[in-house]
Amino acid sequence: MGMTATSTLGTSPGHRDTGRRVIRNPVWVRVVFMALAFAFVAGFLVLPLLAVFTEALRKGIGPFFQSFTDPDMLSALKLTLTTVAIAVPANLVFGVAAAWCIAKFDFKGKSLLITLIDLPFAVSPVISGLIYVLVFGAQGWYGQYLDAENPALPWLHAWLVEQDFKIIFAVPGIVLATIFVTFPFVARELIPLMQQQGTDEEYAAVTLGANGWQTFWRVTVPNIKWGLFYGVILCNARAMGEFGAVSVVSGHIRGVTNTMPLHVEILYNEYNFVAAFAVSSLLALLALVTLVLKSLVEWRASKRAG
Amino acid sequence: MSQALAVKLPLFRRRVLPGFGLSLGFTLTYLGLIVLIPLAAAFIKSAGLSVGAFWETVTQPRVVASYKVSFGISLLAALTNAVFGGILAWVLVRYTFPGRRIVDALVDLPFALPTAVAGIALAAIYSPNGWVGQWLEPLWANGMVKLADWVPWVDWKSWLGAKVAFDRPGIFLALTFVGLPFVVRTLQPVLEELEPEIEEAAATLGANRWQTMTRVIFPELMPALITGFALAFARALGEYGSVVFIAGNMPMHSEITPLLIITKLEQFEYGKATAIAVVMLVASFVLLLLINLLQKWSRRYYSV
Repeated sequence: MGMTATSTLGTSPGHRDTGRRVIRNPVWVRVVFMALAFAFVAGFLVLPLLAVFTEALRKGIGPFFQSFTDPDMLSALKLTLTTVAIAVPANLVFGVAAAWCIAKFDFKGKSLLITLIDLPFAVSPVISGLIYVLVFGAQGWYGQYLDAENPALPWLHAWLVEQDFKIIFAVPGIVLATIFVTFPFVARELIPLMQQQGTDEEYAAVTLGANGWQTFWRVTVPNIKWGLFYGVILCNARAMGEFGAVSVVSGHIRGVTNTMPLHVEILYNEYNFVAAFAVSSLLALLALVTLVLKSLVEWRASKRAG
Repeated sequence: MSQALAVKLPLFRRRVLPGFGLSLGFTLTYLGLIVLIPLAAAFIKSAGLSVGAFWETVTQPRVVASYKVSFGISLLAALTNAVFGGILAWVLVRYTFPGRRIVDALVDLPFALPTAVAGIALAAIYSPNGWVGQWLEPLWANGMVKLADWVPWVDWKSWLGAKVAFDRPGIFLALTFVGLPFVVRTLQPVLEELEPEIEEAAATLGANRWQTMTRVIFPELMPALITGFALAFARALGEYGSVVFIAGNMPMHSEITPLLIITKLEQFEYGKATAIAVVMLVASFVLLLLINLLQKWSRRYYSV
């Protein structure tokens, strides 16, 4: 009986519990574990999500939608989308390049390179912003260059001064800080995937006379497209929601250098709770879409593997 | 000779696939410009301070108090995540129940939800008139009074916080939230790989369920559990966005180190901000190193 149960039932993950698992914990242990797990999920995940939408709709539909007509909100939305539109493609190109050289070739210092790519995840968001202030701020190298009496590259200096080209407390700083905090997402998704796939298919393509770009676009890209998509949605979610790093470099100029999360902070600190939560609900909705897409990709991957 | 050179300098070896120089060159340039040079700037800037000035800045009472708050509460939050995240991972892998997929997907919410949104949402729930806060707040205050009665020589209110939201417990809630996915996501694959035959063997050899759990299953999970714990701890240490809305931010009491860095920056004390940042950076790099070593160790552990 035990034999047949083990061999015939429960190979699919959904039925894991019914057949294969001969030994189980006592019922009371299961009940306690489930209760603790659900309480944890409810208190830390479900309630915050519900709170965002409830608080946003506290005064009804009208004030909720009115929050989105505020010109400062619209400019924050525009800035967030602009930032994402630069940061995500930049890290996408980087991720593909890094994964290509790491997965398809052997060279010294490869594991050091992988560690260095992960470095931004170990850095506090606040410090991620701070380091750009140190490089580009008024006291930093860039600021000193602008203030220099006899600057190197005088034409560049003249142009920068004439344009009043600011990096810190301006949009370029926000984009740079966002690129920093989302730096590893695509690369760390693609590197293990491409390492696992190896180089056989690319070798075959090259042997059959394909050139580099043809090999890349027709062999490699179709193989990694889901991993690529997975990395991009995670990168996108973080880029839209980044707060600490952007807060340090932004300067909080209303309608000019406020991203959506920073706008939430301003509204909240002004006790404009409905508007703060209305903007938050938009961001929370985006987070939910991210989770759905992520689950779909994972589900697809597990189906292909199984 | 040329053969030897080619082996020694892999950059010049003839390769079948194209694009090595281009992709590595681009990778290194981008990594240097975006990550390494700005990070080096922090160290160079703090090197501009004399050793004495650096030491004085990073050991000021208010700064030391912020380390205690940041490290202490991050540790507590990571431990909570190790226990409850462990249970959650177990429930998700071993038990079937309706909505398991949804719960599984929700675990990643702290990665996807902007930290500022999480911060104001947690503040709304746990503030004195929030859904949970309205009954937790009196309970907490009452508990502090009881504790003070039983153990009067400890100043419980300044240790644990007089309130839930806008005090130390609030920081704990926010840091637990941001670290929640790490333990679950590092444990899940290990639990899924765990052969039921091992448990059956243990049972056949006369172990009861408790012995099987503690002596067979738990040691198997240990490396992943520690890795998840360390990742949650590292994340909590640097967290800023979700904490500031619920911490109360009282200097010497509920001020986290990242907030102190921002405060120094807003006062244009760049040198001091950088010095504190360097302490935090060194702490996170040490943690990163430990995590890497742990993962190497656990890979060896599992391959045996």
